Amino acid sequence: MEQPIISLRDVNTYYGESHILQSVSLDVFRGEVVSLLGRNGVGKTTTLQTILGVPSPRSGEIRFKGEIISGIKTSDIVRRGLGWVPQGHRIFPTLSVSENLTLAASRARPGSWTLPKIYDYFPRLQERRNARGDALSGGEQQMLAIARALVQNPDMFLMDEPSEGLSPRLVQEVGDLIKDLNRQGVSILLVEQNLHFALDMADRVLIMNKGAIVFQGKPEQIRTNPLLCGQLLGVSMGKEPRSGLVN
Amino acid sequence: MLEFLTVQSLNGLVYSMVLFLLALGLSLTFGLLRVVNLAHGAFFLMGAYFGTTVWGLTHSFWAAVVIAPLGAALMGGLLEKLWLQRFYVRDELDQVILTFGFALVFSDLMKVLWGKDIRGFPTPSAFSGAVEIANISFPSYRLLLILVGVALFVITWLAIERTRIGALIRASVADRVMVSGLGFDIRLLFTIVFAFGTGIAGLAGVLGAPIMGIYPGLDFEVLITTLIVVVVGGLGSIAGAFWASLLIGMAETFGKALVPEVASFIIFALMAGVLLIRAWGRDEEEVE
Repeated sequence: MEQPIISLRDVNTYYGESHILQSVSLDVFRGEVVSLLGRNGVGKTTTLQTILGVPSPRSGEIRFKGEIISGIKTSDIVRRGLGWVPQGHRIFPTLSVSENLTLAASRARPGSWTLPKIYDYFPRLQERRNARGDALSGGEQQMLAIARALVQNPDMFLMDEPSEGLSPRLVQEVGDLIKDLNRQGVSILLVEQNLHFALDMADRVLIMNKGAIVFQGKPEQIRTNPLLCGQLLGVSMGKEPRSGLVN
Repeated sequence: MLEFLTVQSLNGLVYSMVLFLLALGLSLTFGLLRVVNLAHGAFFLMGAYFGTTVWGLTHSFWAAVVIAPLGAALMGGLLEKLWLQRFYVRDELDQVILTFGFALVFSDLMKVLWGKDIRGFPTPSAFSGAVEIANISFPSYRLLLILVGVALFVITWLAIERTRIGALIRASVADRVMVSGLGFDIRLLFTIVFAFGTGIAGLAGVLGAPIMGIYPGLDFEVLITTLIVVVVGGLGSIAGAFWASLLIGMAETFGKALVPEVASFIIFALMAGVLLIRAWGRDEEEVE
C-alpha cells in the first residue's frame, strides 16, 4: 500500500496532568476522506490539535508526507501543507471577510487556489467581502473558515465539525464542497458529531473512545452495526436524517 | 482669565500628547501580548538618557530624536525575546513580577550610568522661538509636541486598521492560536510590537525631556500616570488611549493650576469614576 499522507504512532497528549490521547495511532492515505467519530470529550478535537502542535504530543510520532512534524512549531507544521478548519470557525471577528482571506493568502503555498478563484467559488463571500467577521451568519462563517484554509492550497484538510450549527441545506452545501475538494485530490481528516454527514463523506471511519482509537472500518460497517452506534457513538441509527447529532 | 485658560489648555495638550505616546505602546503591547509591562516607564527615561548621550556626542537634537527611540526599541526587543517570551506560558503574576523586576534593574542601571542629578535637555534651535496664539505667545516646541502626538495617533490608527500588518495584529489580538494555524510565526510579531511600544516610549522620553527634565524616579512617575490612562482608555484600545490621555492630561494640568493641594488626587478619582461607570456597562476591549 502507498505511503500515508499523515500517520500518528502511539501519540500521547496531556493537558496538564490529564492524559487525553492515549497511544493514538492512525493513518490517512492520499486522496482519502477519513471521518473521526466518537462521543463528546473522547479526544477527537485534541487529535486534530495535536497534529497541529497545539499542544505538541508528550510522546509518539506524527509524520506528514513522510516527515516528522511532532514537536515543531504550529506555523511550520501548517506551512508544510495542512489546512485547519477549526471547531467554531474561529473567524477573526475584527477583520473583514476580505481581510480574513487576504491574511491567509499572504501565507499561502503556491497552488491553483487564488483569491479571485476563491471569490468565484464562494459568491456569497464576494458579496460580503467588506463585512466584519462578527457580522457573518454561522453558515457564512463556516464557508469563510473553509475558504480561508483553501486559499493556502493545503495538501490535506483537518476539519473540526464543519456541519455544526448549520441548517440542513447548508450541511448539504458543505458536504458538496468537501466532496468537490476531495475529487480534486485533497485528503481530509474530518471530525464530526453528525453521524449521517460523517458517514456520507467518508471513505473510512475511525471511532474514538476515552482517548484511544477503538474501531476502524468502512462506513457501511457502522450503518449495519447498531452495537457500535449505541455504545461508542451514543446514537441509534434512526430514520430521520439528523439523528446523528450526539448530545 | 481667557489667557490663563488658553495657556493651561495648550500645556494640557502638550502633556496629554506625551502621555499618549507612553500609553500607545503600553496599550498595544497589552492588547497583543496580554502582558502589562511595568518596565514601560523605564524605557521612557532610557530614551531621555540615550538622547542626552547622543546630544553630547553629536550636538544634534534630531540625531537624538532618531537614535534614542531606536536604542529603547532595541532594549525592548531584547527584553521580549530573551526573557518575556519564556513567560507567556506562565500566569500573569509571574509576568508582572518579571517586568517589575526589570523596571527596578533598569532604574538602578540608569542611576549608575547617568548619575542622580536632574538633567536638562535643550530645545532644538529651529523650535526655540514662540508662536502667537490668541494674543499669547506659546513656545513653538510645545506646539510641535502636540502635532507629533496627533500625527502618531492617526498614523498608528491607520496602520492598525488599514494595512496587512495591522490586520495581522488585530487577528492576533483576537485569536493568536488561529493565527499560528494559518502559518504565521507570531513570536516575531510579538517582538516587533513590543520593540515598537518601548521605542515610542523612548521617543516620548526624548521629546518630553526639554520640558519635563530628566531625573531618577521619573520612570515610575510616568508609569503610574500611564497605567491610569490605559485603564481609563481600555486596555488594548488605541483610540481609547488617545482620548484618555487628553482627559487625564487636561485634568492633571488644570488641577495643578487651580487646586494644587489635591491635584494628584484628581486623576485617581477620575480613574475610579471611569471604572465605576464601566462596571455598569460594557467591558469588552479590542484594538481599534
